Amino acid sequence: MTTSDTHRAIDAVWRIESAKLIAGLTRIVRDVGLAEDLAQDALLAALEKWPESGVPDNPGAWLMATAKHRAIDTFRRTERIERKHEELGHELESRQELAVADMDAALDDDIGDDLLRLMFMSCHPVLPREARTALTLRLLGGLTTDEIARAFLVPEPTVAQRIVRAKRTLSERKIPFEVPRGPELAARLSSVLEVIYLVFNEGYTATAGDDLVRPALCEDALRLGRILAELAPQEPEVHGLVALMEIQASRLRARTGPTGKVILLLDQDRGRWDQILIRRGLSALERAEKLRGENGPYALQAAIVACHARARTAADTDWRRIASLYDALAAVTPSPVVELNRAIAVAMAFGAAEGLKILDTLTREPALKGYHLLPAARADLFEKLGRYDEARTEFERAASMTRNARERELLLERSRAHAGDLPQQ
Amino acid sequence: MRYMTLYKPGTENDMPTEKEMAAVGQLIEEMAKAGTLITTDGLQPSSKGARVKIDSTGKFTVVDGPFTETKELVGGYAIINAKSKAEAIELTKRFLKTMGRGESEIRLMQDAPAFDAASAPSSGRAAQKPRGKAAARA
Repeated sequence: MTTSDTHRAIDAVWRIESAKLIAGLTRIVRDVGLAEDLAQDALLAALEKWPESGVPDNPGAWLMATAKHRAIDTFRRTERIERKHEELGHELESRQELAVADMDAALDDDIGDDLLRLMFMSCHPVLPREARTALTLRLLGGLTTDEIARAFLVPEPTVAQRIVRAKRTLSERKIPFEVPRGPELAARLSSVLEVIYLVFNEGYTATAGDDLVRPALCEDALRLGRILAELAPQEPEVHGLVALMEIQASRLRARTGPTGKVILLLDQDRGRWDQILIRRGLSALERAEKLRGENGPYALQAAIVACHARARTAADTDWRRIASLYDALAAVTPSPVVELNRAIAVAMAFGAAEGLKILDTLTREPALKGYHLLPAARADLFEKLGRYDEARTEFERAASMTRNARERELLLERSRAHAGDLPQQ
Repeated sequence: MRYMTLYKPGTENDMPTEKEMAAVGQLIEEMAKAGTLITTDGLQPSSKGARVKIDSTGKFTVVDGPFTETKELVGGYAIINAKSKAEAIELTKRFLKTMGRGESEIRLMQDAPAFDAASAPSSGRAAQKPRGKAAARA
């Protein structure tokens, strides 16, 4: 094995082991920043040793043992300093206890629980949203700061700073390393789900830039979701989210043409939809429903995308069911965006005029100001009703509002389609 | 990225022992928990299968199993999610360690560009707008 082969192998081991490593260490040292430093130290040690000694048989255990030794060294050092300063308060006592505690036993505890605790910690509501996503991708997705920066199109120092601040906040606010119980659980879980779905959406419809899709982010989110589904299998909304992501991801291939041009759902070649992901998605949805979670917001959204996945052709789509699922979704999570999508479904099920009625109630909605999908949807319905002049204006308006180059291209193309048409009265 | 790994045990597939089944079951559970395993299955002995060939004239030949060149026999497959070939190799090592014999062929699936990390963006503009839920989007 050459040195660069070994480095690639170490990268791979890191990708596989880092989350478990950091989670296990966080439980021991009770500080996620310190835990990550220790894990990084172990990684450096591997980079030093493995090119000579070869990759050990059980690389994860090697990294954990190395990090554990560093942890003990750190404790001893702090203890000495603290003794010097005669700060023999409660903190030291607890640290001594920890240092003395049998670490092997601590490490052999269910690592899954630690991963789950780490997920709740990195998605904690005391952190700003961007910090939650960055920290989660870093600690649980095994991404480097540079990879996160590239994925979100922000400068690397910005991401690095977000992560540093987030770790400091967690430590200063003494956020416990635990899975929340009781009434707190639902709110905290929804924050975890939100972070994962934000990552997915950022990949699925890139907010800015030249690519519509950044698939690597979709994969990262899917992986996080699949992990969470195994760690918290009793939570229906986790399966709802996984179902939603699996089914949406099944269409990734079909969403863009060979030149990167956007292809809308109803125009996609369904033969290119990924049947493995659809099957996984439908079975995740089934799990959510078995847990009586069919009315959860993610499960409802998953049920909606499942309607598309089950339809062999666009014409087979059960729009009435989709419209009624949107009614249910609007009841549990009323929002202008849900209303917009409900309008589209209603238009498909009961005619463009019915959909337009709902959209007209949304044009003054402040939350949708600057949201290009509203004029795009209105344009679409105007077009169906033969009101081409209004359609053109709305397509142009939508095009001027999107920050995604691929979407703009499609919208302008559709507006041009009616450039020569006479206005209809 | 997704890789397909084809496992060749090096011998005709015998029925796995209970111990082997348990070990593989545990590995599958671990990989599912790590979010890396997308789908997997084992294949029954080649005596239950056949080979179908077409020649340049369009004529078919069908040969029933068992096949003699046992070294090349595929015993099972998995589709895994990995960030790099190195990660796929590492995951495959863990599988082979569990099996204790044989070899696996690792192949990148034709998913690209849908699941291709190399299609990462090159521009550097900021994206800070929080996204709403828009389930009906394509």
